[in-house]
Amino acid sequence: MNNLAEIWVYLAQEPLTALTATLIAWLLASRLQALSGRHPLVNPVLITVALLAAGLLVTGMPYRDYFQGAQFVHFLLGPATVALAIPLHRQWRTIRSSFAAIAISVVFGGMFAAAVGVAIAIAGGAEPAVYASLAPKSVTTPVAMGVAERLGGLPSLTAAVVICSGIVGASLGPTTLNAVRVRDWRARGMAIGTVSHGIGTARALSVNATAGAFSGLAMGLNALATAILLPLLWHLVFG
Amino acid sequence: MIPALATLLTCQWAGELISHALHLPVPGPVIGMVLLFAWLLARNGDNPAPLPLAQTADTLLTNLGLLFVPAGVGVVIYGPLLARAWVPIALAVLVGTLIGIAVTGRLAQTLLKRLG
Repeated sequence: MNNLAEIWVYLAQEPLTALTATLIAWLLASRLQALSGRHPLVNPVLITVALLAAGLLVTGMPYRDYFQGAQFVHFLLGPATVALAIPLHRQWRTIRSSFAAIAISVVFGGMFAAAVGVAIAIAGGAEPAVYASLAPKSVTTPVAMGVAERLGGLPSLTAAVVICSGIVGASLGPTTLNAVRVRDWRARGMAIGTVSHGIGTARALSVNATAGAFSGLAMGLNALATAILLPLLWHLVFG
Repeated sequence: MIPALATLLTCQWAGELISHALHLPVPGPVIGMVLLFAWLLARNGDNPAPLPLAQTADTLLTNLGLLFVPAGVGVVIYGPLLARAWVPIALAVLVGTLIGIAVTGRLAQTLLKRLG
């Protein structure tokens, strides 16, 4: 028993354990998603995060130690973002012909989503640091954290709400789009990518290639628009 | 696969360089995506991207969700912060995201029909 404990102490410090656990939890979650017939509510990101968070709480492993191993997966987020250029290039013919419609939808939709989130938080009695952290919740984590900092928000809180917005959009977005009768795959992809960044794009890519490419494009465009416009608009509204 | 990874990392690296050198608020990987896209357009026009690059990109993108997991698990450590104001935060995230998706989707569908 003592021996086992010692082995655990050794293994828990190795990046190997966290990395292995991350991949196995992801495989389990993907299996569950396949079993559900790819139901949008059975979101693999949410399931994997829940499994691993429960694992950390049970074993008492600090998040910092977990990240030592998981950072190898986290690192791939950079090259994967660059790789979104490939589906974009594949769909370029379709995108080029409707670029004005795309740009207007993404910029307006992105700013609108931010405004609604901030308005709800203010109505709910949130303090300025909290609603400033919520403003950039639609865009990919590194942009959102940078923007939150400029608005006087808390970047760590922003990281959490960005992930949550992504999971909400990926799991409930398709039902919402059905309810408001958005059937055009290009429009569906843009809506998900504008508001739910990479997590939404992951879902869109797995459903439809056109939706995936438009989602990736919308995510990139909204990252640009939010980084440039949100601090300016914030200054105008809140001084 | 290695040349493809090198291409992706080179674009990301150049993106980081541009982002930091010009003090842009846009992160390096997003600039890297624009650079790779511009390179593909200049080199191949409308022809498909080189196969190894396309395969590597597709492998990464089919598992894109996995790459958000390490950051997602970090929500655990923001627990106390979230607990302080969880009602407005949860409402803003839930309602803001879904209304945002509905409005963006409707707007995009209408504009695509009108403007082509």
